[in-house]
Amino acid sequence: MSALAFTLKIKPAQRVDCSPLTPDMLAGKSAKDIGATLLQCGKQQLRADSVFDISGENSNHIEFRNSHHKLDYIGAHMQQGSIVVHGDAGSYLGLQMKNGSLSLHGNADAYAACGMAGGLLHVHGNVGDFIGGALPGDRKGMRGGTVIVTGNAGDRAGDQMRRGVLLIEGNAGEYCASRMIAGTIGVMGSVGKYVGFGMRHGTILLFKPTDFHTTIQDCGHHTLPFLNLMFKSFSSLPSKFAHLSQNRVHKFGGDLANDGKGEILLFP
Amino acid sequence: MIINGVLIDDTFAEAFNMRGTRVIITAQNHKWAHIAAATMTGFATSVIGCGVEAGIEREMDASETPDGRPGVSILMFAMGSAVLMKQLETRMGQCILTCPTTAAFSGIDGDAETVTRINLGKNLRFFGDGFQTSKLFNGKRYWRVPVMDGEFLTEETTGMVRAVGGGNFLILAESQMQALAACEAAVEAMRQVPNVIMPFPGGVVRSGSKVGSKYKTLIASTNDAFCPTLKGITRTDLSPEIESVMEIVIDGLTDADIRKATRAGIAAACELGASGGIKRISAGNYGGKLGQFQFHLREIMA
Repeated sequence: MSALAFTLKIKPAQRVDCSPLTPDMLAGKSAKDIGATLLQCGKQQLRADSVFDISGENSNHIEFRNSHHKLDYIGAHMQQGSIVVHGDAGSYLGLQMKNGSLSLHGNADAYAACGMAGGLLHVHGNVGDFIGGALPGDRKGMRGGTVIVTGNAGDRAGDQMRRGVLLIEGNAGEYCASRMIAGTIGVMGSVGKYVGFGMRHGTILLFKPTDFHTTIQDCGHHTLPFLNLMFKSFSSLPSKFAHLSQNRVHKFGGDLANDGKGEILLFP
Repeated sequence: MIINGVLIDDTFAEAFNMRGTRVIITAQNHKWAHIAAATMTGFATSVIGCGVEAGIEREMDASETPDGRPGVSILMFAMGSAVLMKQLETRMGQCILTCPTTAAFSGIDGDAETVTRINLGKNLRFFGDGFQTSKLFNGKRYWRVPVMDGEFLTEETTGMVRAVGGGNFLILAESQMQALAACEAAVEAMRQVPNVIMPFPGGVVRSGSKVGSKYKTLIASTNDAFCPTLKGITRTDLSPEIESVMEIVIDGLTDADIRKATRAGIAAACELGASGGIKRISAGNYGGKLGQFQFHLREIMA
């Protein structure tokens, strides 16, 4: 069975909520029903077949083609199957996704992987602010799963992150890992100012030296055996992080303004 | 049945249901992994006085261990799960947490039907006084406890399974030296068998016991029928030429493992043969009334 493909055929004037187009929501539906699925667009509701050319039938494997940065909520709440997006995605990509795999070949806007609980989000491109963060008003961000970004991330990556793994192969903006509760964030490129601002627990892996604010303090150089386990758990990921092997790091602890049990591990 | 001049008695070893667990201990090098493992499995020869029976199962290469460092796997057995859990926790705290460079990992994983998860480092983490942190890798939780040499890393739980303890056989020889040589050969061969340990010192026990005693407070006492110095004054089980008897006790994860180890051990002892002073192989039992398992020597060696 070929993948169920949604090829964008209009230029959306307003943002389109694509959250009904996930393997869970479309499981068992006929082509007719899928075409009649209503998508919120501004104050209107549009039929899916008026926005997309729909082909294929395997609803467990969905593709978005010719995707556009106004398509929001792609893969939101998904619990199974896979979604592949060719082109850009809007905000809330993989919002609160629970399982399955979601990959984007393009750039995503803010709040990608927000409140994510499980599964794999692989972005071949850049993402906006608050990736892996919490929705405004929520007190916890991402709480499970794995996110890989091959490009750069905006500000506040991993804001209030609770658990899971967020790996950024490019650069991260300011306030990376702000208010982090726990989990692991890796940034291979540079990070902006105030990395780990208000972090309470959790681990940040950095590969380029940066200036820390004053409540992040130097804990010295150490060889940490737990990194071997972490690298092993990364080894099956389709990412540059899969090739890490050096377990000698420069450890910084903080944020002392907020309990200070978090750690920033700087690789030489 | 006679193998290389050694008579194999038509008897059986009687063994019991136990609970068993495995822990993988890693360290900077094999030297320290062995020190940690030997300490943890020290004073664990018999459940009667030690609570658990424990021993080193085998050495593990760095490539086989979870954290990629040299390691040793140990097995620990007890008559009940409560004792096993208590002893594991105490021994982890006093022997592994304290030992430089070590880390501890689960040695038994499997489905919840056959494997019960028990605490490995779950409560040890509180030694960290709030500075402990946990990490979840591939669905398994690990604890990192800051200690003076760096960081103590331990998995949160390990697996406990139903196991078998008390498999045994006796080596009857013409001299103490020859009995010991045969035991050493047997233990060496049995250490190659996975999933078993021989919990007594060097794998060998010289003070085999019978049930009961003339003293009311003792539940077990010396097995006088197999004591060579009492040949003339008690109802002996020994022929005139026997001057020394030693026993090897085996605990294993399954009865098949014990069978394999028994066979390997007896075969190695018999290789020294009658010419090496080895005369008879026997086994200890309670008439088949107490244990859930019987290991018939002739059946195993057939």
